[in-house]
Amino acid sequence: MNAYGLMAVFETPADAMHAAEQVRDAGYSKWDVHTPFPVHGLDAAMGISNSKVGWFTFIGGATGYTTGMIMIWWMNAFDYKIVIGGKPMFSPFYAFPVSYELTILFASFGSLIGMALLNRLPRLHHPLLKNRRFCQGASHDKFIVVIETADPKFNAEETRKLLASAGSKHIEMVED
Amino acid sequence: MSAAAEHPVPSSVKIAPPPAELEREPLVLNNRSIGWLSDHIAGICEGPAPKWWLPALMISSTALVMMLGCIGYLISTGVGVWGLNQPVEWAWDITNFVFWIGIGHAGTLISAILFLLRQKWRTSVNRAAEAMTLFAVACAGIFPVIHVGRIWYAVWWLPPIPNNYDIWVNFRSPLLWDVFAVSTYGTVSLLFWYTGLIPDLATMRDRATGKVKKFLYGFFALGWTGSNRHWSNYEKAYLLLAGLSTPLVLSVHSIVSFDFAVSQVPGWHTTIFPPYFVAGAVFSGFGMVLSLLIPLRTLCKLEDIITVRHVSLMCKVILATGSIVGYAYGMEFFIAWYGGNPYELAAFKNRAFGPYWWAYWSMISCNVICPHLFWFKKLRENMLFVFIVSIFVNIGMWFERFVIIVISLHRDYLPSSWGYFRPTWVDVCTFIGSFGLFVTLFLLFMRYLPMIAISEVKGVTPQADPHHPQGGAKQGGHH
Repeated sequence: MNAYGLMAVFETPADAMHAAEQVRDAGYSKWDVHTPFPVHGLDAAMGISNSKVGWFTFIGGATGYTTGMIMIWWMNAFDYKIVIGGKPMFSPFYAFPVSYELTILFASFGSLIGMALLNRLPRLHHPLLKNRRFCQGASHDKFIVVIETADPKFNAEETRKLLASAGSKHIEMVED
Repeated sequence: MSAAAEHPVPSSVKIAPPPAELEREPLVLNNRSIGWLSDHIAGICEGPAPKWWLPALMISSTALVMMLGCIGYLISTGVGVWGLNQPVEWAWDITNFVFWIGIGHAGTLISAILFLLRQKWRTSVNRAAEAMTLFAVACAGIFPVIHVGRIWYAVWWLPPIPNNYDIWVNFRSPLLWDVFAVSTYGTVSLLFWYTGLIPDLATMRDRATGKVKKFLYGFFALGWTGSNRHWSNYEKAYLLLAGLSTPLVLSVHSIVSFDFAVSQVPGWHTTIFPPYFVAGAVFSGFGMVLSLLIPLRTLCKLEDIITVRHVSLMCKVILATGSIVGYAYGMEFFIAWYGGNPYELAAFKNRAFGPYWWAYWSMISCNVICPHLFWFKKLRENMLFVFIVSIFVNIGMWFERFVIIVISLHRDYLPSSWGYFRPTWVDVCTFIGSFGLFVTLFLLFMRYLPMIAISEVKGVTPQADPHHPQGGAKQGGHH
């Protein structure tokens, strides 16, 4: 049997957060807390640094703005010039509204794609999602700490002890 | 190490609870547990359809089919089937377009701007309001496409594709800005709505019993496990999308107003249009949110989640934006007089006292008088009353666009170019049919997707707060 990790179910966000602090302080690296909603303070309790999604958003936005400006200049002032109302062939002012919209459009795609890339989503298979208890809890009203067997510090007995001392009423091994 | 962990509050220190008048009303009534929230909200999609649902869907889809028939007739015959004639070449079509786009704005305001302002009450209404946005944009998108007449040419007018002479679209035209604004708005609203749905789709997947349902919810949930490492990136992406949607929503109706303001027509050529249109859009959108949610909170037994306080807060937004709209109406008249342009003044006199006086005064009574009833708490908390006023707000805002578009066009500079627009049955049926599309989409949405953001509402309950006794915090303990 190939085990994916040890899963410990907690009843309240505070219990899960205290457990997370203990797991973090014990020096584990491949572990996670699964919650039905984002719990405030859990990032600090797990030692997660600020998300990098913003970079994707910024790159998306910059691409969008440049695309808009270059596209409009190329179409209206380079590829086929037409004088309309005696106005200049290209002016950043008339090109602005469209470039502004494209900035937002591309930045939004950047944010969503960035989130998906950083989270390695979409994922069509996950060992945890085969576990009934996990599925009935993590997206409903339970707070579940999972420490992977792949963690270099993982030791079936020590890890179970740690999670039990943190106050979990239910600990089980999840198959891969 | 978090700061709180380094400086624990000694258990001897007693922090007095805040005085009762500072206690906010809870966002979820009756102290419902987080498990109850997913059971109850997901239950709307899981149980058998309520008795009223199928008849409602049949009525709305009949209206939808009627609209499709009208559009078919329009395309096969020409725009002459509408009441359009010189000088009124824009009438119900563009009125409906601006009306529907405006409706959408409340959804984005609730989902994005109230998120940035940390208004936690938005969580109970944001999902339904965002869905309303998407469906309203879908209804809005129909009209500019079909109003062009020979719509098979529209492919050269909308996206930048060169025509048979290799000429590109003209980016100096606000009509083209509008194409980009509305399509960006529709796309970004969809992305934002979908991002919000991912955790709830995972909840639906984990609860689903049928194989097909489990596969479909699971497919769109992208394999979400509620991992906190994922939540961290997710919340950042959600915040950024909110930050992007805010300037977007303000720009969309500004650009819609440029369609008019950039032209030279008296009554259209005013600089007040962008802020005035945005305020009006939010005003009408909240009217529609209330018209949808007040019946639904009773029919789906959501009174604990969409509370009287939620409705009252939305009434206050209607009051605020309605006042801005009323101010704009007054200011338009003032500038028409103070600006000293005789054509402008004539256009405005004609607006209030000309042949379309009835449209103008319907608009004034619905938009300027109605919202001021919401100064009274008793009226804000009377659901039936709020529902009726919200309908009047919708009617008033439709008339506002009619007033701006038709009254400004129907008398050109020369009296020989004066006319009077009368809608035909095709105009009327297409507009009614667009409600059919809107309601059909909304009914399908509320039946197959959680119409309240489950994970977000859970997050604002005291049980979700690890520093609250109900969230498991020990009395006098650290955090």
